[in-house]
Amino acid sequence: MSNYDIIVIGGGPAGMAAALEAEKHGVKNILLLERAETLGGILEQCIHTGFGLHFFGEELSGPEYADRFAVQTEASCAITVKTDTMVLDVQAQDGTHIVTAVNKEDGLLALTAAAVVLAMGCRERPRGALNIAGTRPAGILSAGTAQKYVNLDGYMPGKEVVILGSGDIGLIMARRMTLEGAKVKMVCELMPYSSGLTRNIVQCLDDFDIPLKLSCTVIEIHGAEHLEAVTIAKVDENRRPIAGTEETIPCDSLLLSVGLIPENELTRACGAAMDRVTSGAVVNESRETSIPGVFACGNVLHVHDLVDYVTLESQLAGAGAADYVQGKRATGGEVTTQGINGVRYVVPQRVGRAQSEAVKLYFRVGQVYKNACVRVRCGDTILAQKKRPRLAPGEMEDFLIKPDQLASLPHDAVLTVEVVA
Amino acid sequence: MAVKEMICVACPLGCGLRVELDDMNNILSITGNTCKRGEAYARTEITNPMRSFTSTVRVNGGNAPFVSVKSKTAMPKDLLFAAAEATRGVILQAPVAIGDCVIADVAGCGVDLVATNRVGSKN
Ligand SMILES: Cc1cc2nc3c(=O)[nH]c(=O)nc-3n(C[C@H](O)[C@H](O)[C@H](O)COP(=O)(O)OP(=O)(O)OC[C@H]3O[C@@H](n4cnc5c(N)ncnc54)[C@H](O)[C@@H]3O)c2cc1C
Ligand code: SF4
Repeated sequence: MSNYDIIVIGGGPAGMAAALEAEKHGVKNILLLERAETLGGILEQCIHTGFGLHFFGEELSGPEYADRFAVQTEASCAITVKTDTMVLDVQAQDGTHIVTAVNKEDGLLALTAAAVVLAMGCRERPRGALNIAGTRPAGILSAGTAQKYVNLDGYMPGKEVVILGSGDIGLIMARRMTLEGAKVKMVCELMPYSSGLTRNIVQCLDDFDIPLKLSCTVIEIHGAEHLEAVTIAKVDENRRPIAGTEETIPCDSLLLSVGLIPENELTRACGAAMDRVTSGAVVNESRETSIPGVFACGNVLHVHDLVDYVTLESQLAGAGAADYVQGKRATGGEVTTQGINGVRYVVPQRVGRAQSEAVKLYFRVGQVYKNACVRVRCGDTILAQKKRPRLAPGEMEDFLIKPDQLASLPHDAVLTVEVVA
Repeated sequence: MAVKEMICVACPLGCGLRVELDDMNNILSITGNTCKRGEAYARTEITNPMRSFTSTVRVNGGNAPFVSVKSKTAMPKDLLFAAAEATRGVILQAPVAIGDCVIADVAGCGVDLVATNRVGSKN
């Protein structure tokens, strides 16, 4: 059985940043496992620009952003990379971790590691979860699948397109397919606001006069073998279709851009405590899960809209895993975090009280707020607050909590993050 | 005096900008930006809106059939379709490196189209 200090699962931006950071902290025996042929993760198909502005101060495309890390990862003496390798199972046993993986060259691999970093990313919500009435013709696909077809396989999935859901991938595909000659008729969004970044609404829809229909959904699909049309309708505040508002839109493809789910089969299998809202593991400030020595970062932990944040988070996990391997254990108790009054979730969910550096609490709100105030408090003590002109579910917010603030809190205290009108 | 509201697309933060213009379309003030790039964005958006362009180009003899490309910097927004047209039909020969020029001065916009991924030769 081969033994490593750290095994990182997933070679996307999260896994690469975690492995590189662990190396920087002195770990010399790291294995990175990726099921695809190349490193880079989902960024390989995200050919548009807008990555890396915060991290590199440059506007890079997805492949360029990934390549910066891939070059370092491949050149590193401390990191062994195995691509085409699928991890099947992770178990914690007697203070070590057993990782089972499979690939063509080695067959079944049983590996052990002092620490494991989970960086498996996320996948799109399948169509089955949507329950649209009507036939099941060809021409209905997820926006990410369309992105893969167009960008990696060079194949256009349709000429007349309706997009359901205003997530970023759908918006990006609206622009891409328009520039490639398709007619994108509209983007329908069930909610009264878009879940995509505002900049994508401007440069992917407004620039091309593609209408964004809010509070609107697809209620029926038409066509026998191939999609011929969809019926859309406005929805009321309970998201139920309003009779009399139906409209039938001829189209040959329907792209579904209805959200991402963290890919957490391995996380659950190893018994880590999960957060019902994020669908990811419950972690502390080093992104360590409830299983000692098992860390999680990137989209597998919570869905990020900016890869720059994925990188920053993964560096925390990589550094945390390095500390763990080197026997540095946190002492001094913990506090927990909680989102209330409009804040859907907070990551990390646990924070150690003894910190040498400030800890960032990331959070998301559940609806759009204008001119709102957000704050962090512990009981009646307000630790931080700020005014925001606009808060939206699509945009992650954060608070910085200083070491002396954390040290002053009682053990087991609850830090609440909330919106105050 | 006129007021134009716009969203800065220079980075994913998407700040809401407010530009005050006089009757000659001269900029009187720009507010709402959280960094200098926002101000520059508002200026060009009023005079000559710029956007980045990305696409893919076929590669022969490589370990991938396509390579992603981008305009090296933002280019005039009204030339995006012309750039897309010029990009179709281009075929590169592997190997391709990041930053390789794919089309110089694409669609006459003054900006080069460059590769944004690497494609090795088929071994
Ligand atoms: C279809 C799609 C399109 C997206 N488009 C954009 C976009 O345009 N802009 C943007 O900012 N963000 C986009 N995102 C979000 C994007 O995922 C993040 O910005 C970032 O790539 C997340 O990095 P990651 O490393 O956490 O995950 P990923 O990039 O998804 O990497 C996870 C890696 O883990 C590997 N893996 C998973 N399970 C296993 C296993 N069992 N064994 C071995 N390897 C495994 C996967 O193959 C993958 O390479 C998109 C996401 C999806 C799903
Ligand atoms: S003003 Fe600066 S921070 Fe705000 S969106 Fe523009 S570039 Fe980003």
